[in-house]
Amino acid sequence: MKRFVKRMGPLGMVAVGIVLVVVLGAVLAPVIAPYDPTVGSVTQRYLGPSAEHLLGTDQAGRDIFSRLLWGARSSLVGPLIVVVVTAVFGTVLALTSVWFGGLVDSFISRILDLLFAFPNLLLAMLAIVVFGSGLSTAALALAVAYIPYTARVIRSTALRERNLPYIRSPQLQGIAGPVITVRHLLPNVAPLIITGATINFGFAMIELAALSFLGLGVQPPQADWGLMVSNGQQSLQKGYPAESLLAGLCIVITVAALGYVGEKLGGRAAAGRKA
Amino acid sequence: MYVLRRLLALVGVLIVSSFLVFSAMYAAPGSPENFLVQGRTVTPEVLAAIREQYSLDDPFFVRFWNWLTNVLQGDFGQSLTNRQEVGDLLANRLPTTLSLVALSALIIVILGIGLGIIAGVRDGIVDKIVLLGSTVGFAVPTFFAALLLMSVFSVGLGWFPVFGSGTGFLDRLWHLTLPALALALPSAAVVARITRTAIREERDSEHSVMAIARGVPARIVLRRHVIRNSMLPVSTIVGVHIAGLIAGSFVVEYAFTLDGLGTLLVTAVQRKDFAVVQAIAIILVAGFGIINLLVDLLYAAIDPRVGTRHAS
Repeated sequence: MKRFVKRMGPLGMVAVGIVLVVVLGAVLAPVIAPYDPTVGSVTQRYLGPSAEHLLGTDQAGRDIFSRLLWGARSSLVGPLIVVVVTAVFGTVLALTSVWFGGLVDSFISRILDLLFAFPNLLLAMLAIVVFGSGLSTAALALAVAYIPYTARVIRSTALRERNLPYIRSPQLQGIAGPVITVRHLLPNVAPLIITGATINFGFAMIELAALSFLGLGVQPPQADWGLMVSNGQQSLQKGYPAESLLAGLCIVITVAALGYVGEKLGGRAAAGRKA
Repeated sequence: MYVLRRLLALVGVLIVSSFLVFSAMYAAPGSPENFLVQGRTVTPEVLAAIREQYSLDDPFFVRFWNWLTNVLQGDFGQSLTNRQEVGDLLANRLPTTLSLVALSALIIVILGIGLGIIAGVRDGIVDKIVLLGSTVGFAVPTFFAALLLMSVFSVGLGWFPVFGSGTGFLDRLWHLTLPALALALPSAAVVARITRTAIREERDSEHSVMAIARGVPARIVLRRHVIRNSMLPVSTIVGVHIAGLIAGSFVVEYAFTLDGLGTLLVTAVQRKDFAVVQAIAIILVAGFGIINLLVDLLYAAIDPRVGTRHAS
C-alpha cells in the first residue's frame, strides 16, 4: 500500500481518488440518486441547477444528476466486461502459445494477425449487425478486438521467462505444463496484465461511449454517458448545454484519471499499444 | 523480397477477412428476402423471384465465390434498402472520407510533432502545459470534441458551417476543418507526448552532448542531431494513428452529418443493409492494411536495420 502511494505520487493519488468516487457513485446510485433516471416530467424541462435538481433537468424533465449517477453504471460495466474478457482470453492464448511453441504458437499468432487487420470499431459494428445492438454485444466485440494487443505483450514477456531456470527445472522434474504455467509463469506476467487492463479500460470506455453515441450501444431511455452526450445534442444547440457537457466531462475526467494511473503503473506499452 | 512478402501477406489477410465478413453476414439472423419485402405479405412466387434475383438459393461457397469475383471486378452488388449500386454509393462517399482523413493526418503531424518538439526543447511552463494538454486531450472522445467545436465555432460564433461537406476545394476545406480537428485531437495529443519524450532522450544522448561540447551551435545540434534522430520512433506512432483515423472517422462524420463512408456504414448497420456493410468493411480493412504496410515500408526505408530484422 505504501509502495503504491509512493509510486502514484500526489497527482496520481488524486487520479485514484477520482476513479474511486466514480466507482462509488455507480455502486451507490440507487441510494444516492434523488430521482428515477428514466422518468421525467414535461413541466420540469430544462430547469437550471437548484436545491431540488442539483444539476438541473434535461429536455424530458429528467434529473441530470441522477442520470449521471446511473449512467456511471453502464459506462463502467461495459469497459469492465471488455477488460476482463480481454485479459482472460489474451492471457490464456499467450501462455498456451508460449508453453507449446512451434505449430501451436504460429497457429495462434496467425489468428491474432487476422484480428489485427480489423479496426476495433469496425469489428464491433460487424458484430452489432449480426447479433443486434446493445451494450453486451458491443462490449464482447470490442473485447475480441483488444485480445491481440494484450496477447502480443504477454506473449513476448512470457517468452523471455519461458527459458529461465525457474520454469525449466520444474519441467525437468516432470511437473505438468499447466501447473507450471499457472503457478510460476502467470504470477510473473500478472503485473503486466493488470497495467494493460487499466490502460485498456480507458480506451474501452471511449469506444463504447462512441458506439452508444452512434445509437448502436446502450439503448435509450437507459442512462449512459455516451448516450447522454448524443441525447443532449439538440438541447445544446437550443442553448441548454448541461446534459451533453456534464456527461462528456464525466467521460473525459474518468478516462484521464485512469490513463494517469495506468501510466504510473507501467505505461501504454503494457496494453500492447504502440501509442 | 521484404516488400513482396508483406504484399502477399496483405492479400492473404484480405481474402480471409472477406470470407469472415461474408460468412458473418450469411449467419446473421433474419433472411434478406424478408427484409426486402419489409413485412408485406407476398405470394411464395414473388419470394422465389426475389431469391432468384439475388441468387439466395445458391450454396454458400458458390455465393461467396461469385461475390468475391464480382468485388474484384469492382462490382459490389446492390444495396438492400434502396436498390442502388453499392459501388456508386461508395464512389460518391469516398472523397469526403479521404479528404477528412488526409486533413486530420496533416493536423496530427503539424500540431502533434510541433507541440512535441516545443515541449521537448523548452523546459518549464511551456512543457508543463503541453504535457497536461496531452493527458487531457487524449481522454476527450472524438464525438465530444466534435460537439464542443460545433457548438462554439459553428453555432456560437458562426465561423464554420454546422454540417455538410462542401463542394470545391476551398469550400470543402472550410467545411472539414472542424471535423478534422475533432478527429485529430486525441492522436495529436499522443504524438505530442511521444515526440517530447523522444526529443528529451536524444538531447541527453552522448552524441548531442558531445556536439555541444565540441562547440557546435545549439541550433545546429538541435536540427541535425536531436530532431532528426528523434523522428524515428515518432514516424511509426504517426503512422499507426493515421491508420487508426479510418475507424475514428465514422464517429466524427456521423456527429457532423458528413456524407462520407462512415455515415453510410452507421446507417447501413442501423438498417441491417448487409450488402453495404460488407463492402465498406472490406474497403476499410484494405485501407487499414495498406496504410499499415506503407508505414512499415517507410520505417524500413528510414532505418535500414528494420528490413533485415524482419527478414530473419
